[in-house]
Amino acid sequence: MKSCLVVDDSKVIRKVARHILETLDFSVDEAEDGREALDRCQVAMPDVILLDWNMPVMTGMEFLKHLRKTENGGQPKVVFCTTENDAAHIRAAIEAGADEYVMKPFDRETLQSKLQIVGVA
Amino acid sequence: MNDVSSRILASLLETRTGQQLTMSRRWRIETALKGLLRERGFTELDQLITAIVGGREPTLAAQVVEALLNNETYFFRDRTPFELLLGRPLDRLAEARAKERRISIWCAGCSTGQEVYSLAMSFTEQASRWVGWRIEILGTDVSRSAIDRAKQGLYSQFEVQRGLPVKQMIRWFDEREGQQWQVSDKLRRAVRFQTHNLTERPPQPARFDIILCRNVLLYFANPTRRAVFARLAEASRPDTMLMLGAGETVIGQTEEFISDVSNRGLYVRAASAQQPAPLRYQVG
Ligand SMILES: C[S@@+](CC[C@H](N)C(=O)[O-])C[C@H]1O[C@@H](n2cnc3c(N)ncnc32)[C@H](O)[C@@H]1O
Repeated sequence: MKSCLVVDDSKVIRKVARHILETLDFSVDEAEDGREALDRCQVAMPDVILLDWNMPVMTGMEFLKHLRKTENGGQPKVVFCTTENDAAHIRAAIEAGADEYVMKPFDRETLQSKLQIVGVA
Repeated sequence: MNDVSSRILASLLETRTGQQLTMSRRWRIETALKGLLRERGFTELDQLITAIVGGREPTLAAQVVEALLNNETYFFRDRTPFELLLGRPLDRLAEARAKERRISIWCAGCSTGQEVYSLAMSFTEQASRWVGWRIEILGTDVSRSAIDRAKQGLYSQFEVQRGLPVKQMIRWFDEREGQQWQVSDKLRRAVRFQTHNLTERPPQPARFDIILCRNVLLYFANPTRRAVFARLAEASRPDTMLMLGAGETVIGQTEEFISDVSNRGLYVRAASAQQPAPLRYQVG
């Protein structure tokens, strides 16, 4: 079973994502912001991280840059999942080391197809 | 909706496209036609049926047919068949066409174009390999509105994300108003679209090296499917490769194509069809 860490400050989004991921046979963990997510990754690197952009304490972008510098931080596939839906944001995310990008709102098919693209589903 | 109405619609769809409206799909009729009803100011489906049967508006029947067709599609649908096709089978084909330097691809039943652009991206990204080659990619569909959309190459945020890796999206699509994304001019110039009904003669005979006919044959009645396979054979060359949808097969459906044993999911012309045509005149 593959593991996914859902990082989003919205409880609703976390719940929706968890539901979809569980039907896709993932074990799911959650974090409310980048800081908490880094702590989780310190304990165990998930196979894939679903990452919001705008969050208090530490944004998704800051988290990603930190993550990629930590030991084994290159391992997890990182899929941004955000309402920042313009090309400039998308380019910046790719440059910072994101593997995929989901523009909100999303549905099951979109998420599933992106997880297949990064090779975890 | 009453039974008579649904039978009238089912027979309209089948005579125009060969597609059957099986019982299990009939519940979708009302949802599918809701927009058209509103547009025409009808409150009941039966009013629409009366208008069609009355034959006062020839375009109405065509619109109904288009609304009833299932146009679902997405980029690189099912992924692995594309990876397979573009690997060794394509190498083999390229070798066989080394002199001609032309590869001709037909996406039959291409809906709104995602399949066509998926291939166009794959070939264009290997630009150096195909220098001096002519890569022709033709997409056809019986639905005019689907073909119009395909030509435009304009996709909603939902559509553009389905199946398409973000790096390819950023490379090949331009942002447009209203969270839409449009295929770049370069890619649009690399492909062609036209309306075409698969039950009729192919767009060009004995022309195509690769044919994709995916998730189209599903709802044809057996005899129609057999006839369409014969059309696809007519469009192919002796070494043409055929790719069907993930759940589709040629087995028990046609003698024109057989499974390609070394490439699961691809089909090739049956051996008998590969033999040269018999000479039609007496020598001596
Ligand atoms: C479900 S879509 C599949 C699109 C794409 N090939 C794919 O696999 O994603 C089926 C398409 O076949 C088209 N179609 C149905 N009957 C047809 C016919 N007789 N001739 C040509 N196209 C047809 C429909 O209009 C629809 O766009």
